Amino acid sequence: MTFIPKPKLHHPDLQKNALGYTRRDYEGPVSTLCAGCGHDSISAAIVRACFELDIAPHRVAKLSGIGCSSKTPTYFLGASHGFNSVHGRMPSVLTGANLANKDLIYLGVSGDGDSASIGIGQFAHAMRRGVNMVYIVENNGVYGLTKGQFSATSDKGAKSKRGLINSDEAIDLVGMALQLGATFVARSFSGDKAQLVPLIEAALKHGGAAFIDCISPCVAFNNHEGSTKSFDYVREHNEAVNAMDVITPRSEITVDYAPGTVEMVTQHDGSMLRLRKLHAGYDVHDRVAALTYMQERAAAGEIVTGLLYVDPNPRDMHEHLKTVDVPLNVLDEAALIPGSAALDRLNAGLR
Amino acid sequence: MLQQVDRVEGLQRVNDFVVKFANVNGSGSASANALFAKSVLRMGVAVTPRNIFPSNIQGLPTWYEVRISDAGYLGARGGGVDLMVAMNPQTWDQDVASIEPGGYLFYDNTKPMQPSKFREDVVVVGVPLTRMSNEAYRDPRQRQLFKNIIGLGALAALLDMDVPAIEKLLGEQFRNREKLIAANIQALHMGIDWVKQNLDDPIKLKMQKADVVGDRIFIDGNSAAALGAVYGGATVCAWYPITPSSSLAEAFTNYCNRMRVDKETGKAKFAIVQAEDELSSIGMVIGAAWNGARSFTATSGPGISLMQEFIGLAYFAEIPAVIFDVQRSGPSTGMPTRTQQTDILSCAYASHGDTKHVLLIPEDPYECFEFGALAFDLADRLQTPIFVMLDLEIGMNERLTKPFVWDDSRKMDRGKVMTAEDLEAGKKFGRYLDVDDDGITYRTLPGTHPTKGAFFTRGTSKDRMARYSEEGADYQENMERLLKKHGTARSFVPPAIIRRGAEPAKYGVVYFGSTSAPIAEAEEQLAERGVTVDLMRLRGFPFGDEVAAFIAEHELVFVVEQNRDGQMRSLLINELEIDPARLAKVVHYDGTPITARFISGAIADRLEKSNVVPMRKVVS
Repeated sequence: MTFIPKPKLHHPDLQKNALGYTRRDYEGPVSTLCAGCGHDSISAAIVRACFELDIAPHRVAKLSGIGCSSKTPTYFLGASHGFNSVHGRMPSVLTGANLANKDLIYLGVSGDGDSASIGIGQFAHAMRRGVNMVYIVENNGVYGLTKGQFSATSDKGAKSKRGLINSDEAIDLVGMALQLGATFVARSFSGDKAQLVPLIEAALKHGGAAFIDCISPCVAFNNHEGSTKSFDYVREHNEAVNAMDVITPRSEITVDYAPGTVEMVTQHDGSMLRLRKLHAGYDVHDRVAALTYMQERAAAGEIVTGLLYVDPNPRDMHEHLKTVDVPLNVLDEAALIPGSAALDRLNAGLR
Repeated sequence: MLQQVDRVEGLQRVNDFVVKFANVNGSGSASANALFAKSVLRMGVAVTPRNIFPSNIQGLPTWYEVRISDAGYLGARGGGVDLMVAMNPQTWDQDVASIEPGGYLFYDNTKPMQPSKFREDVVVVGVPLTRMSNEAYRDPRQRQLFKNIIGLGALAALLDMDVPAIEKLLGEQFRNREKLIAANIQALHMGIDWVKQNLDDPIKLKMQKADVVGDRIFIDGNSAAALGAVYGGATVCAWYPITPSSSLAEAFTNYCNRMRVDKETGKAKFAIVQAEDELSSIGMVIGAAWNGARSFTATSGPGISLMQEFIGLAYFAEIPAVIFDVQRSGPSTGMPTRTQQTDILSCAYASHGDTKHVLLIPEDPYECFEFGALAFDLADRLQTPIFVMLDLEIGMNERLTKPFVWDDSRKMDRGKVMTAEDLEAGKKFGRYLDVDDDGITYRTLPGTHPTKGAFFTRGTSKDRMARYSEEGADYQENMERLLKKHGTARSFVPPAIIRRGAEPAKYGVVYFGSTSAPIAEAEEQLAERGVTVDLMRLRGFPFGDEVAAFIAEHELVFVVEQNRDGQMRSLLINELEIDPARLAKVVHYDGTPITARFISGAIADRLEKSNVVPMRKVVS
């Protein structure tokens, strides 16, 4: 058996959020991933983000494809419905789920093989449809479950654990998401919780397609000398363009920053993103400049992280489809079925 | 100059003949053709039109074959054409060759034709349609469109059709656009008048008012199925364009825009997404159904192939889904605009691993509507994919069919869904716990309860509480339960319809779907040859007990179907463990709809070849 429940005993002094939940209420059973796996840090960041935002766990639907990353939804938000679907096809399942009930929060977890190789089509189309979701790619540049093959996000020239050199160009999902119209695009690193948690929080508060590419080193197959997705390599080459806090009505503003170095972004739902600029000229609202900047810095060998683009007032798929305000899955016979009189009229028109 | 070659005595028939229009795709002929068919209908005579078209947008030949039958036969008759309306020079030779001896050739004689282009055994009727149209209209598009209406007028005069009925139809078609109505009626009379002034009643095929139609309606199966989806409460449709199913999704869109937009807010009580491919379509359907919306896709064979992996997931993880498969000729691209019943096995056993699925097989638009709505109840009730198996013949041709009926007291059967109240009341929830011993377990929808009822849906093996498990016992128990559930499905699938003669017959005929249209006629033709048969129309899978019983009570059973390999026969043999020798294969798979002549011929020939003495001996 690989299902390991966690003990339900809580420390009585465990901090509670506004809904009365403790952090433990956002956890799942014990992870079966390798000790030290970057993915577990991301799961922990998701737990913390949901806890801090006072999200009721059962109002989140977590969906994934296939692979190590896609296993992780089992290990967080145990009180949420989860769906471990088909390799590379999480985006379509999530899109369908979202169509049925727009009132839930949709969290899609995928990997670089799942999203950049087999699922690149579905990744692309979910972005361009503006599905209201948080889409996290736990990007380690390697196929872990099948023992260490390169993935499509492996950098050209990167060395595999077995000593092979990758000769193919890497696919940059951030660049794709920007180009395809995602309204929230970020990159982070599983080893940087201070950056990752606020990014996930901001994405959860975003009302459109939010994409986070999270570099998440694979301790078993891609954490060696010559890898460009190892803990050491990412730490050395990480260039954050900004640092962010998410300010909810509950949180206090405690620190003052020098004028000009902080930008406040108010999202549609009222949440505020406080961005401290670490790179003076970077504008999080300029999609085209972001694309250029990402490519320039990538060519210089840097891994750019932080909030890269945000449209604070996105239109999502349901707005495009002009669906009713209530979720489609609650509509009853009276709302859906035109009835016998309408059918009789229709019959009459067909003679 | 008028060319009327009248050397033969033409066929004389009233309300019983086949007219075929040979057209150029994209020439605007479709609307005039449909008017012709509907005019026949308004005279109370049974009419069955069929579109015969290539995979092409403009320029290639298309045909519109109309069978007019006072006996009410709706199947393709087979054999030659009684009246060919030859408007396409490209296919002239083949069109002329397909006329029955003694039949009629109607053509546009604006340009003279060489005498060698005609046949001596058909009656030729030339009408200068292009000349009349060009003289009356300046705009090239108008010339083209009105030429078709002038032609319709000429035919109406030649066949004694009900002209006021045609005028009324034109009025309905262009409702509130008086100028257009007047212009069309003028063109119609141009044709009528020319025939009256220049021809001496050359065509002996005649129309007379009758009362064969009754209260039946005239609609294509794809539209009917789409309407079934509306009445079935479908709110999510995800699809990818593929002939011959695209018009189903488009019809759903049209009906929803008419019937499902909230009057006060103008907002949609539906969501239709044209997906990037069939994998995504079925993924969305599964995601939406997992989340409690009734959802469906419409596709054809290649789409079914692409959906296989997801269908396995929906089967194994037990998620409702409705798939309308409008079958066409495969494999591969095959003949994408030709009909077949060729996905029986690929749907019944779709996906890898051990799977069995539920199929509903409508015979006509009426059942497309009925089964279209029913499919959503069954998908929710059985928590599994339901396939509604149309084909191009049913889906894309208008057909005379019983009027749709709806019982306003009918409720959607949402199946076993545990609510927050149930959970709060302490009902035990285990996603794959077979509490009712019918193989169907309870599910919860995402977001139901803060602390109870959440579970993880996965394609991997799991235990009864939906926990990941690779234990052989857990896996096997689950697979056995799925089989039990498939058994339970037998009581929900519409039973086969059996028609036995007054006396027990030695032979049975099994058929399904669009083969039902010519079956009554085939039965009469068989009777004329001294062969009596009992009939069984399959309407779904899994098969009910009546299916095995019917086969058991006959010495030999013919399984008539429209594919090469006898897929339904294989399914019967495999599922009911029937001796293959007891099931004779009668297959028709050239892409044209199966005909009565083919069915009766194949069965009678087979019996004669095996020296079976006919039931009714012919006394010499």
